Amino acid sequence: MLKIKDLHASIDEKDILRGINLEIKAGEVHAIMGPNGSGKSTLASVIAGREDYEVTKGAIELSGEPLEELSAEERAHLGIFLSFQYPVEIPGVSVTNFIKTAINESRKGKGLEDMPANEMLKKIKEKSELLEIDRKFLSRSLNDGFSGGEKKRNEIFQMAMLEPKLAILDETDSGLDIDAMRIVADGVNTLKNADNAIVVITHYQRLLDYIVPDFVHVLYNGRIVKSGGKELALELEAKGYDWIKSDVTV
Amino acid sequence: MSKYTEDDLREELKTKEYEYGFYTDIASDTIPVGLNEEVVRTISKKKGEPDWMTDWRLEAFKIWQGMTEPDWANVNYTKPDFQAISYYSAPNNKPKYNSLDEVDPELLATFEKLGISLDEQKKLSGVAMDVVVDSVSVATTFKKTLSEKGIIFCSISEAIQEHPELVKKYIGSVVPRTDNFYAALNSAVFSDGSFCYIPKGVRCPMELSTYFRINQAGTGQFERTLVIADQESYVSYLEGCTAPSRDENQLHAAVVELIALDDAEIKYSTVQNWFPGNAAGQGGVFNFVTKRGLCEKRAKISWTQVETGSAVTWKYPSCILKGDYSVGEFYSIAVTNNFQQADTGTKMIHLGKHTKSTIISKGISAGKSQNSYRGLVQISSRADHARNFSQCDSLLMGNECGAHTFPYIEAKNNSAKIEHEATTSKIGEDQIFYCNQRGIATEKAIALIVNGFSKEVLNKLPMEFAVEAQKLLEISLEGSVG
Repeated sequence: MLKIKDLHASIDEKDILRGINLEIKAGEVHAIMGPNGSGKSTLASVIAGREDYEVTKGAIELSGEPLEELSAEERAHLGIFLSFQYPVEIPGVSVTNFIKTAINESRKGKGLEDMPANEMLKKIKEKSELLEIDRKFLSRSLNDGFSGGEKKRNEIFQMAMLEPKLAILDETDSGLDIDAMRIVADGVNTLKNADNAIVVITHYQRLLDYIVPDFVHVLYNGRIVKSGGKELALELEAKGYDWIKSDVTV
Repeated sequence: MSKYTEDDLREELKTKEYEYGFYTDIASDTIPVGLNEEVVRTISKKKGEPDWMTDWRLEAFKIWQGMTEPDWANVNYTKPDFQAISYYSAPNNKPKYNSLDEVDPELLATFEKLGISLDEQKKLSGVAMDVVVDSVSVATTFKKTLSEKGIIFCSISEAIQEHPELVKKYIGSVVPRTDNFYAALNSAVFSDGSFCYIPKGVRCPMELSTYFRINQAGTGQFERTLVIADQESYVSYLEGCTAPSRDENQLHAAVVELIALDDAEIKYSTVQNWFPGNAAGQGGVFNFVTKRGLCEKRAKISWTQVETGSAVTWKYPSCILKGDYSVGEFYSIAVTNNFQQADTGTKMIHLGKHTKSTIISKGISAGKSQNSYRGLVQISSRADHARNFSQCDSLLMGNECGAHTFPYIEAKNNSAKIEHEATTSKIGEDQIFYCNQRGIATEKAIALIVNGFSKEVLNKLPMEFAVEAQKLLEISLEGSVG
C-alpha cells in the first residue's frame, strides 16, 4: 500500500531524512521507534504532505499513486490520516462541525455528495460509543481546553469517522494515562482490518503491548537502521537507544 | 404572535418585483455639484418639505460650515472634496443593462455564491426586469399586518409629510446636528431613509428590513434613519445587504437614531458590504456613519453589525443609557482585506443607575488592511452600580495587516464594575495544516476558523441573516492566504 523509496527531506536547508526505504502492505501494523530528533515526526509530516518540508530525493507512493505532486488535502482524500502529536485548537468550531466538514470535503474531493445528516449522526453515535466519548464532548470547541488524553482520543475519533487506508499515529501514547491508552488502543484495534494499514510512531514500547505491531523499525539520524518483529521493541526497551547508536556508525 | 416573517414574504416575492414605494418618486433631475445654502433649500423644496424642516436643514448647514473634518481615526484617505459632489439626484429608474449577459461576470459569480435568486440578481445589478406580477397584493399584505398593529414603517420623507409631530420631536434628539462633521452634513442634505414607529406595548411581528435586499441597489448617499420604540414595545430591524453594492457614490455619511422609551427593546442588525475597492486599493466607498440609540428606563438597545465592505469605515454605534436599569449591547464583526481600513467600535454612556452594557468586538484583518477597535465606556457620577463587560478579539491573517485596540474608560462612580478583555491571535500554519490533513482545503479551513472566531456575534444575528453573513465572511476573505 505505502512504498517509500530512498526518501530524503529537509527543512530550512537542514537534512532530516537521509534515505528512508519502507514498504507497508494492507492489513499490517508497523511501529517506528527511535530517539528524539531521529526524524520520526518529520517522516509522518512528509507522508502527510506538509509543505514546510522539502523532499530533495526519493519517492512516496500510495497504492501505486505517486504523492509528490499532491497537496495535503488531496493525500487525505486518498486515505492518509495523521494523528497529531500536538493537535491544534480551533476555538468556536465544535468537534461535530469539524468532523462533518472534514468528511464532506473528503467526499467532495472524490466527487460524492454530502453525507446525509441522519447517516452522519448514526456514525457519530457509533464511533463515539466505541471510544467511550461523552456526547457533550462533541459540542465543545475543537481541542480548546481539552486535556492531553481528550485530545488524543479526539484524534482517534476522527480517524474512526474518516476510515483512512493508512493511519499514522504520531506519539499517540504521550500524555495518556493507562486507562486512556487502553481505550485508544482498543479503538485502533477495532478499526484495524485487512484493507488498511497502521503506522505507530512511539518512543516507548508500552503502547505496543496494546497495539501489537507486525514490524518494528528503528529510525536514527534520518535512516531506518534496524527492522524486525515485535520482539525488537522489547529488546530496545531493555537495552535503550544507546545500543542502537553505538551499533551504527554515522 | 403572528408567524409571518420576512422570510415568508421573501418567498412570495421570489418572482415578483416589489414596488412598495418607500422611496418617494421625485422628478428625475440632478442638481449641479457644490454645496451652499441655496442647494440645501433646493433639496428641501424638491422634496416638498414643510418650513420647519427646511429651517432645520439650514441650521445644520450653518453648523457644518463652522466644523472641520475629523482626523483622529486610525485611517488614511484623501479627504473628499465636498464641493465636487452633487447633493441631489433623483432615483434613476432607467435600466442600466438589457440582460444579465452585459453585467460584470465577477459580480454575478458573487451573487451565485450568496445564493441570490436570478430576479434579485437582475434587480441588484440594474437589469431591466420583465416579470411584474401582482406586486400590489404583496405590499398590501405586508402593510396590512403592520398597520393593524399601528406600526408606522415608511420613508423618512413620507414621515415628514404624514407624521411631522413624531419627526419634529425626535429627529436630532439623539444625534444632534452639532454632534460631528458628518452628522451635521447629513442633517443638511439627507436625501432619504427610513422611519419606524412602534406604538406602546406592541411587539413587531416581523423583522423589519429597510427594504429587503432588493431595494439596496438604490440606497442613498446621505441616509437618515429614525426608529422609535414606544413604551414596552419591541422591534428587530435589519439594515443593509449581503450582496455587494457597487455604488458610484464614494462618500456615504448616514445617521441612524434609535429611541427606546421605557421598557422598550430595539434590536438593530446591520450587514455592510459596500464596494471595498479593488485588490490594489483603488476605488471603494468611504463609510462615515453616526449611529446612536437612547435608552429610557429599563429599555434595551442591541447593535449587531457585520462589516465587510467599504474602503474606509468610520463607525461607532453607541448607546446612551439614560434610564435606570437600561441595557446597551454591541456585537460586531469587522473584516478588512487588501487595503481596507476600518476604525469601528462603540460608545456606552452610562447615565442611569444599574445600567449595564456588553461589548463583543471581533476584528479580522487580512492582506495589507488595518482594523481598529475604538470604544468608550463612560460611567457618569450618578450612575450607581453600572456594569460593563468588553471583549475585543482580533484575528490576523498574514504578516502585512494590522489590528489595533483603543479602549477608553471614564468612570466617575466608585460603584461601577468594568471588565475588559482583549486577545489577538493569528491563523497559524499549524491550524491550516491540521485542517488540510483532514481533507479540508485551505480556503475552506480559513472560513471554518473565521466562523468559529466570530460565532458569538454571528449567533446574535437573525437566523436568515446569520447564514448569509457566514457566506459573506468566506467570500470577503477569499484569496487572502498565499
